[in-house]
Amino acid sequence: MKFLSDKTVDRLRQNATLPDLFGTRYRLLERVARGGMGVVYAAHDEMLDRRVALKVLDVPAADGDFARRLNREARVLARLEHPGIVPVHDVGTLSDGRVFYTMKFVEGQRLDKHIETVTSLPERLRLFTRICDAVAFAHARGVLHRDLKPANVMVGPFGEVLVMDWGLAKILREPPAEASEDDPEATIVHSPKSVDVPADTTPATQITGQGTVLGTPGYMSPEQARGDIAHVNERSDIFSLGALLRFLCAPVALANANSPRRREKALEAICAKATEHDPAQRYASVSDLSSEVSRYLDGLPVSAQKESLLDKAVRLYRRYTVPILLIAAYLIVRTLILIFFHR
Amino acid sequence: MTGDAFPATRWSVVDAVKSADPTEQARALDTLFAAYWKPVYKYVRLRWNRPPEDAQDLTQGFFAEMLERELLAKYNPAKSKLRTYLRLCADSFVMNQDKAAHRHKRGGNATHVALDFQAAEGELAGATIDAASIPSPESLDEFFEKEWVRSLFALAVEDLRQLCVEQERERAFRLFEAYDLSGDPEISYQKLAVEYAIPVSDVTNALSWARREFRRIALERLREICGSEEEFRREARTLFGPDTA
Repeated sequence: MKFLSDKTVDRLRQNATLPDLFGTRYRLLERVARGGMGVVYAAHDEMLDRRVALKVLDVPAADGDFARRLNREARVLARLEHPGIVPVHDVGTLSDGRVFYTMKFVEGQRLDKHIETVTSLPERLRLFTRICDAVAFAHARGVLHRDLKPANVMVGPFGEVLVMDWGLAKILREPPAEASEDDPEATIVHSPKSVDVPADTTPATQITGQGTVLGTPGYMSPEQARGDIAHVNERSDIFSLGALLRFLCAPVALANANSPRRREKALEAICAKATEHDPAQRYASVSDLSSEVSRYLDGLPVSAQKESLLDKAVRLYRRYTVPILLIAAYLIVRTLILIFFHR
Repeated sequence: MTGDAFPATRWSVVDAVKSADPTEQARALDTLFAAYWKPVYKYVRLRWNRPPEDAQDLTQGFFAEMLERELLAKYNPAKSKLRTYLRLCADSFVMNQDKAAHRHKRGGNATHVALDFQAAEGELAGATIDAASIPSPESLDEFFEKEWVRSLFALAVEDLRQLCVEQERERAFRLFEAYDLSGDPEISYQKLAVEYAIPVSDVTNALSWARREFRRIALERLREICGSEEEFRREARTLFGPDTA
């Protein structure tokens, strides 16, 4: 029996694990992270001379049907052209039969890390509305994300917000150009997860059997948790967005500590409505949720909260603080003048 | 990771030794010896600082005692990894031998298995572990694990070679040997294609197949020497890294 040196053992381990990109236009650079459905590597696109994220799926080489389905869905996702969605550049098959995708390599921070430096609540909420924009766009194209959570959102160096890891995405309906005889219930494509950060430490997402999805505890809707695929729809993503909003509003060193509790009550009402157990009680669309947050930001009443008179007064005071103070000052001065001349 | 990440369940040696079927028992013990004798021998040499002859006797004696005292049957997968259990058993065996000064009796009634101690000694001469660090428990565990991986990979390579012969794919093995085993930093797919006068794509395909088979075989062997599914998964990660989900 041949003696294997340490170097040979390492080489064997590496070659038996790393994807063999020979025959593709990509050169492997390094392993970046493990996602719910596969491993993300940094690779160099030799043809276009650029760095890309390359995700290799954990799909049995022998499972041709599944691989074909993934390929088809990658093509659908590749057409989700939105500044808030990481574009898929290329889809291919490795020599061992595994499917891979290449996507834009995103430099930046995961949302959960990024917000540690964002201490203003309005700024956090504006980030949230941009996440909603991307998800609403995908919904309009018939694609559900199904795994929305802070770890799956990246914030780029110029503040761009990108929704990542569409690995558990579900295609509700295909765009007309792509209509095919394939199973419309099919799932899964993706973009890189946490491309420039260590592997996700939140409980892993998984997929089982015929597309029964287990999302991430705390962010997945009750219907997902039950594996009730028939009832997973846009409102399931709205549930996750509600949980994400609650995460963003958590009292973590917000600079404007003067945010009164009454205002938080409105936000809490929005979160509560988005995360209702019964999907029918949630917002009807991501745009509705986003508009509600925007209304809150503008100091307008939100539909999720029944305002008491005091709540309304405080809200109006917050919204019109300057004019109210000016009028009050004017009235006080006017009163003082009247009193002075009356004497 | 891929579909071959978790091969179809085969009887673990831990279960097989409890079998009433002597053939199954013998197969289990063979599997265990094959994977562990070198790590145990090298461990005894380094950890207990024994000269080669003593270490050979102790290694043979240890496996003989494992049979006599049915140590495998006493192993509890819930408490530790089989690898750790065997290492601790080896420690205990050596200590007991010292205490009782029974060396002359060691393995007296047991059948000695033909083991290539000379080869193991040669490998040990090239061991990279720092002798000064031997007393540290961490380094011992690390050393034993490293030798265990080496032993398992060597067995898997040998199995792959046999598989290639059976399937008349000797060229695939030669390519695998040249690219993955030779350690030649200058080697490339192109060079191999020229050397074997075949298209580069054939080299790629052959190497992909060989690596896939190597991984499958290694995991199959691993499954046999693990006490539980959970242990198998943990050890698979040790063997192939965290991506072996």
